[in-house]
Amino acid sequence: MALSRKKNKESNKRLSLKLFRTMLLIRRFEERASQMYGIRKIGGFCHLYIGQEAVAAGSITSLDLTKDYVVSAYRDHGQALACGLSPDELMAELFGKKTGCSKGKGGSMHFFSAEKHMLGGNGIVGSQIPVATGVALKLKYKKEPGVVLCFFGDGAIHQGAFHESLNLAKIWDLPIVYICENNQYGMGTDFKRVSSVTELSITSSAYGIAGEQVDGMDVMKVYDAVSRKTATARNDHVPGFLEIKTYRYKGHSMSDPATYRTKEEVAAYKEQDPILLLKVQMIKNREITEEKYKKLDNEIKEICRNAVSFAEGSEEPLVESLYKDIIA
Amino acid sequence: MAEKSMREALRMAMDEEMARDKNIILLGEEVAQYNGAYKVSQGLLDKYGPERVIDTPISEEGFTGVGVGAAMAGLRPIVEWMTFNFALMAIDQIYSNASKMRYMSGGQFGVPAVFRGPNGPAEYLAAQHSQALQSIYAHVPGLKVVSPSTPYDAKGMLKSAIRDDNPVIFMEAELMYGWKGEVPDKEYLIPFGEAAVKQKGNDVTLLGFSKPMSVILEAAGELTKEGINAEVIDLRSLRPLDEHSIYASVRKTNRCVIIDEAWPFASVGSHIGWLISKNCFDFLDAPVELVSSEDVPMPYNHTLELAAQPSAEKIIRAARRTLYRE
Amino acid sequence: MLALSPTMESGKIAQWSKKEGDPIESGDVLCQVETDKTTMDYESTSEGALLKIIAPEGSEVNVGDNIAIIGEKGEDISELPSETVQPESEKKEIAEPEQATHQKNPQEKSILTAQPAESEGNFPRGVPVSPLARKMAADKGIDLHSVKGSGPRGRIVKKDVEGYSPPQPNLHAPPRGAALRDEIIPVSEKRRVIAQRLSNSFYSAPHYSLSVEVVLETLLSARTRINKSSGEKISLNAFIVKFTAQTLVNHPMVNSSWEYETIHRYGTVDIALAVAQPDGLITPVVHDCETKGIRQIDHDLKELIGKARENRLAPEEYSGGTFTISNLGSMGIREFTAIINPPQAAILAVGEIVKKPLVDENNDLAVHNTMMLTLSCDHRILDGAVSAAFLSDLKKFLEYPIEALL
Repeated sequence: MALSRKKNKESNKRLSLKLFRTMLLIRRFEERASQMYGIRKIGGFCHLYIGQEAVAAGSITSLDLTKDYVVSAYRDHGQALACGLSPDELMAELFGKKTGCSKGKGGSMHFFSAEKHMLGGNGIVGSQIPVATGVALKLKYKKEPGVVLCFFGDGAIHQGAFHESLNLAKIWDLPIVYICENNQYGMGTDFKRVSSVTELSITSSAYGIAGEQVDGMDVMKVYDAVSRKTATARNDHVPGFLEIKTYRYKGHSMSDPATYRTKEEVAAYKEQDPILLLKVQMIKNREITEEKYKKLDNEIKEICRNAVSFAEGSEEPLVESLYKDIIA
Repeated sequence: MAEKSMREALRMAMDEEMARDKNIILLGEEVAQYNGAYKVSQGLLDKYGPERVIDTPISEEGFTGVGVGAAMAGLRPIVEWMTFNFALMAIDQIYSNASKMRYMSGGQFGVPAVFRGPNGPAEYLAAQHSQALQSIYAHVPGLKVVSPSTPYDAKGMLKSAIRDDNPVIFMEAELMYGWKGEVPDKEYLIPFGEAAVKQKGNDVTLLGFSKPMSVILEAAGELTKEGINAEVIDLRSLRPLDEHSIYASVRKTNRCVIIDEAWPFASVGSHIGWLISKNCFDFLDAPVELVSSEDVPMPYNHTLELAAQPSAEKIIRAARRTLYRE
Repeated sequence: MLALSPTMESGKIAQWSKKEGDPIESGDVLCQVETDKTTMDYESTSEGALLKIIAPEGSEVNVGDNIAIIGEKGEDISELPSETVQPESEKKEIAEPEQATHQKNPQEKSILTAQPAESEGNFPRGVPVSPLARKMAADKGIDLHSVKGSGPRGRIVKKDVEGYSPPQPNLHAPPRGAALRDEIIPVSEKRRVIAQRLSNSFYSAPHYSLSVEVVLETLLSARTRINKSSGEKISLNAFIVKFTAQTLVNHPMVNSSWEYETIHRYGTVDIALAVAQPDGLITPVVHDCETKGIRQIDHDLKELIGKARENRLAPEEYSGGTFTISNLGSMGIREFTAIINPPQAAILAVGEIVKKPLVDENNDLAVHNTMMLTLSCDHRILDGAVSAAFLSDLKKFLEYPIEALL
């Protein structure tokens, strides 16, 4: 069940802790993944989520994943962890092992879970947006009470698929919220250089969908905004659009030295680190102590170490599995 | 048994299946209120309502992706492309999502959708609207690709396509919609991967599928007059491909002409040519012939466009060549 | 090189009649070519000047390969492919250049030679074969060198292998006076063709044979009278050929070929006679024997046998027979069985004339001139009764020649 925010201290504390724990898990998992990539345990592309934790944690924590669905792009580690996929199966997937969430067939960009309603993990910029729209069509057709959250980056907003999908969602009144995670760089390109409007939140208005810009470094603001939009989508079948402004500390992928931005800029964003901001907030609200934080952090680091051990200890997929799962 | 047109046969298949399973929806441009660009979906809106027969805007990538997502989430959509020429707008959804979703997700998500519409040359439509695109779809693993040539096969195979748990590319042909043939009213299914032997013969195997079957049969009739008894095989299904029937026939006749109205380079036809050379090498008495589209964009002028396509004459000449009579 | 015979796959350049630089008219004899059957003049089909000889004397050349370049006098031919046929012994390794400098590898110099090239193993190089034909030939033990291809560029295809028939056997005169010594004798093209065709005939056609003894009194005395009155000697073979032809007209099935799906019954009687040559044998053919008189047949036979002994038979003079006769009587053989000359249905083996005491129908004993005839038959076409009827008719004609006219 999703946690609702009430003017109730206890439930606020529970929610804060949940968001905090999720963000910290994403951070530590990604740091561990980065390390494993460095020692060649993980190959190919590896797009890290560090800096953007508030977006996945804030938005997905507001969902009820027995009814709702999440569709993401290729920077999907954060969404997968927020959906509740285990660090073990995700690390194993990064290692290409058969115990991975996609049996070693997907890798970093293709995390899936039928059980947790996570429908990818899509490697083509913008390609998942019509797919997510189709999931919303199913909810509406079957009169099911869910909503779809569709994540994509600032780079995808100029794809035709985005515009086609928003138009379809609006004319068909679909229960979907489109979330543009604006981390400000499409690979190495500053979004301002390639966008006719720099307020991306206004793009949806062309399709009669009200857009809103959200501070993506503040997890509570994300949680609130997404909760509002999903409620409207769920109850009134009005699609929603959010531009969540965020920042990635690392390069676009592991092979990107990120020379297109200044050290000062990165440092400035690290000042408003989403985990740090929430921690300060929680200490102020007496929801956590430095000691408890240390204990929690150690526990999460242990979980991530164990995930590496699990991945290391798991078996490679059999070569015979090469031809499995192509055709039902 | 009643005579039915191809479009009626396809409609019967969709109608019967939609009546059977509420998870089946039909979406595409002009499928509902307009009753279908080629009148295949005529009457389905009245019968099943706008929730199940859905008009889309002209946004192939968008509504094809919607079909993929809806299928992943449990529906069984039929996505109608007004023509395969427009389906190129949606090729990313087919290549990146429909065909690979089951694999990428380690078997967790299938895409039980049908993508159908007219494929192949029509008349007077010029280069962008007259092309056979089967090679593109047959190329990628994870799809089933079928292309029937008779109303009877069309009905039985479309029903199989709708029931299939995999994405099925179902290729029709604009010029075939009016073709008539026997179609029983009773329920029947035609499984994929089974070619149909249209005519038995010992001298040369003519392999084809879809619309060219008519010129192939015409060529076979002419060849009979010359004392050449051709075996005519309608592949019907390209993926899965009935390799067994192909090899059995070629091993008997020692000669083969493949007819595929797509361009010759890296086509279904050229691939089958390789399969035959590999699996029937010691049985071949002549090089395998391929009668394809000429390697040119489709011209508008009618004489030229006919010259660009496989014809009975071209098939006859190719068959004669395999018998060293040309 | 163009094929000079229906079965020719390759030939040996025996001798060049022209040298480089000579002017050439179309139809000029360029060289003599030894084929599987004979030695023939190779005539030019183009005119100009003989710019370059590619195939030296003694070299084996496949049909379709270049043997020379004919062009305009003074034309530059350095760009033309002119690979010279070379014997193995003359081939040299290309030396690697000492250093990888900017200069090209030294080109190997082609050396013209008069030595015969080694033959190319069991596969006809440069002769296209369909995969099916290749497999069928392997299954039947047929050497593809000896199969004539009917497909494009001479490709050997299924029907060529099916219709393939080895030539008939050679019965050598034994060598005389040669001191005995171990010797490895290379198999000539001709010998190889004979070997393949006859083994193929023997293994693919189910042979059986029937014999009859013929009393020749009437025929011999008639021949003696004729030869006396005309002054020219008609050979006994001419009589045998004519009476055989007449019998074949009455038994057309014996004058036919097995073609797997069909049987080809011939509309003419073209009788081949086996003639020994030093390096094998050849079967010159007397065409249309059913319409020719004995004198004409004899005339034809003398001319053909003369040409055969000089190795000057043209392809049409030794191919296309519908029935073959082999006569070893002059070598003292009383009776023998011959192997069928494919694709024919039967072959008649004729023995020597022997004086024998015979008991006639009146139980009188008298000395007679007798001759054994043995007919080898292909059981796929000819059943015993059919062959027997043919053979007993032939005996009747030879013994009572007047009946042949009925």
